[in-house]
Amino acid sequence: MEKKVLLGNEAIARGAYEAGCHVATAYPGTPSTEILETIARDYREIRSQWSPNEKVALEVAAGASVSGGRALAAMKHVGLNVAADPLFTFSYTGVNGGFVIVNADDPSAWSSQNEQDNRHLARAAKVPMIEPSNPQEAKDFTKLAFDLSEEFDRPVIVRITTRIAHSQGIVELGERQEVPVKPFVRNPQKFVMLPAHARPRHVFIEEQHKKLKEYSNRSPLNRIEWGNKKRGIITDSVAYQYVKETCPDDSVLKIGMVWPMPDDVIREFAAGVEKLYVVEELDPFIEDYVKALGIPCTGKEIIPICFELTPDIVDRALNGKIKGGAYPKYETNPVPPRPPALCAGCPHGFVFTVLKKLDLHVNGDIGCYTLAALPPYSAMHTQGCMGAGIGMHLGMEKAHGPEMARKSVAVIGDSTFVHSGITPLIDLVYNKGTGTVIIMDNRGTAMTGHQDHPGTGKTLSGEETHTLDLELLVKAIGVKRVVVTDPKNVEELERIVREEVAAPEPSVIISKRKCILIK
Amino acid sequence: MKNVIFAGVGGQGVILASKILMEVAKNAGYDVKESEVHGMAQRGGSVDCNVRYGDRVYSPLIPREEADFIVSLEMLEVMRKLEYLAPGGRLIVNTEKVNPAPVQTGAMQYPPDLREWISKNVKNALFVDTSGMLKEVGTRKALNIVMLGILSRDLEFTREQWESAIKSLVKEKFLDMNIKAFNLGREYN
Repeated sequence: MEKKVLLGNEAIARGAYEAGCHVATAYPGTPSTEILETIARDYREIRSQWSPNEKVALEVAAGASVSGGRALAAMKHVGLNVAADPLFTFSYTGVNGGFVIVNADDPSAWSSQNEQDNRHLARAAKVPMIEPSNPQEAKDFTKLAFDLSEEFDRPVIVRITTRIAHSQGIVELGERQEVPVKPFVRNPQKFVMLPAHARPRHVFIEEQHKKLKEYSNRSPLNRIEWGNKKRGIITDSVAYQYVKETCPDDSVLKIGMVWPMPDDVIREFAAGVEKLYVVEELDPFIEDYVKALGIPCTGKEIIPICFELTPDIVDRALNGKIKGGAYPKYETNPVPPRPPALCAGCPHGFVFTVLKKLDLHVNGDIGCYTLAALPPYSAMHTQGCMGAGIGMHLGMEKAHGPEMARKSVAVIGDSTFVHSGITPLIDLVYNKGTGTVIIMDNRGTAMTGHQDHPGTGKTLSGEETHTLDLELLVKAIGVKRVVVTDPKNVEELERIVREEVAAPEPSVIISKRKCILIK
Repeated sequence: MKNVIFAGVGGQGVILASKILMEVAKNAGYDVKESEVHGMAQRGGSVDCNVRYGDRVYSPLIPREEADFIVSLEMLEVMRKLEYLAPGGRLIVNTEKVNPAPVQTGAMQYPPDLREWISKNVKNALFVDTSGMLKEVGTRKALNIVMLGILSRDLEFTREQWESAIKSLVKEKFLDMNIKAFNLGREYN
């Protein structure tokens, strides 16, 4: 078969293609974005789409699966928080066609607001999770996930991290396996989670969990590589590669299925080595599990819990090797950092120039514009997650009274507004807030590479579609003061912001200008 | 195993250069791995790619002091990666400066003595003024490929192998330009 150099995310797309996947959905988010972009570009056999947010993406994929198709939903780690609600209950219903969720964690928070470890979510949602350690496995495991999903009637999470998603390697390609879409058979006991249906489903999935644990014990996903038995290392994901690089002679237990964990294999491995280590990124997920089995091991005492691992960190922790010193340190002058910044001519820049001048409290959101919290603007004062700024803006007014709304704003991008800014704006109107929201409409999801969304009038595959009219939408929500303006006219923008912030009723300013990077 | 780091600034084409090197190495029968960081890099931040090839490659990240080559498309970026260069490793630096934000705003200065310092402390450093070659190609966008051409002089692959890899990764309409840029780099002296 043909061999190609693929990015981890491209390999996952290929795995879905080879598995005969019918439907793929996502909301863009680094480091997961290229999965759906690749599917839309290279694998037209799969009907693919951007959804307005991850919850909807997961639900569309669930509908495809429950009705008999093979479906994939991809998202970054924090996206799975948004989609956690459907995840936890579709865990109960199980599937019809194979249902795979690709979750991309971001250790070191290279492009994220936190570095949460979503292995915990697999356990909490009682969903099996498998973890590739390189692009070849990314393809193979994704393909396998569809089969596991159907065999065990569970959604399956494929967990990757930035160093899997955004590293390239050689992948041996296979053919697409055509899988017919099964018929949708009405089965409310399985697919309608009334309390009376949910209870027996919980019993059912606990039984499936036991079967999955047996599978985990005999699956080649969890593999012992015996070496020198003085030291045994349990490891998963990309950490496996760092262990193989730096400790080539040691015995290794490679965990490819991290939930449910393979108890028997862990016991066998632990019994076969003199001293047991666990090398994993972020939380002591495997380590705590091993210790709960009553097996002593060394993990987070020597492996950092914060930030991603590197071969150097593993080398130092396990071999005591410290490198550095081949070249002297340059100390004559400070080396200026090169932080990412808003581009010259960025439409967001005009908005923040005004907000800085007026010295308003700015409740920010997720997107390129979050960079306005840094110099030279330093004009963003709160930010948490997608859509949080508008609710926080209302909360400040509730705590301090309406005068707070006279000296603050919420800012949010067009894609983020559609993702999760609409409901908090409804709240602001419903609960009689008087604040101003600036929707910075730059016609796309800029931060992740200008993906389309419902407001751009184009789908993932580039087809024309209905364009969501933000102005009509906010009016329908009940905002009476709505102004659409081009931020390039900074004086006009300043006048509008002054006026709207001063007005004692809810207002929305749609600052509309295309991102300068969109051709 | 050979380890190569490409360093630069978002938009300079570091990822394409590393993709071409990977393709050449793969076609020559090697195992290949690479690591890159997306996202914030698009906004003018520092970017680097680690490329490794050999009989068997595990980690996609190059350990400290194990890079055989650092190819830096911008001078300041060398300083962020130097700890990865193997003792005696080869440093290829484009002498062009791209001012980072703190320099643009006047908060910091671009260290004036970088070239001097690097020459003194890195024995195997090659400084390249690419401006003439880029003028000849007709676009500054070819910087990444010119630098790849310069790197290629120190690697084992033939001109044909390189050209075939470039062909498979570059759009048809940019092909001639890229081949020209590559060969200017390869013939640089």
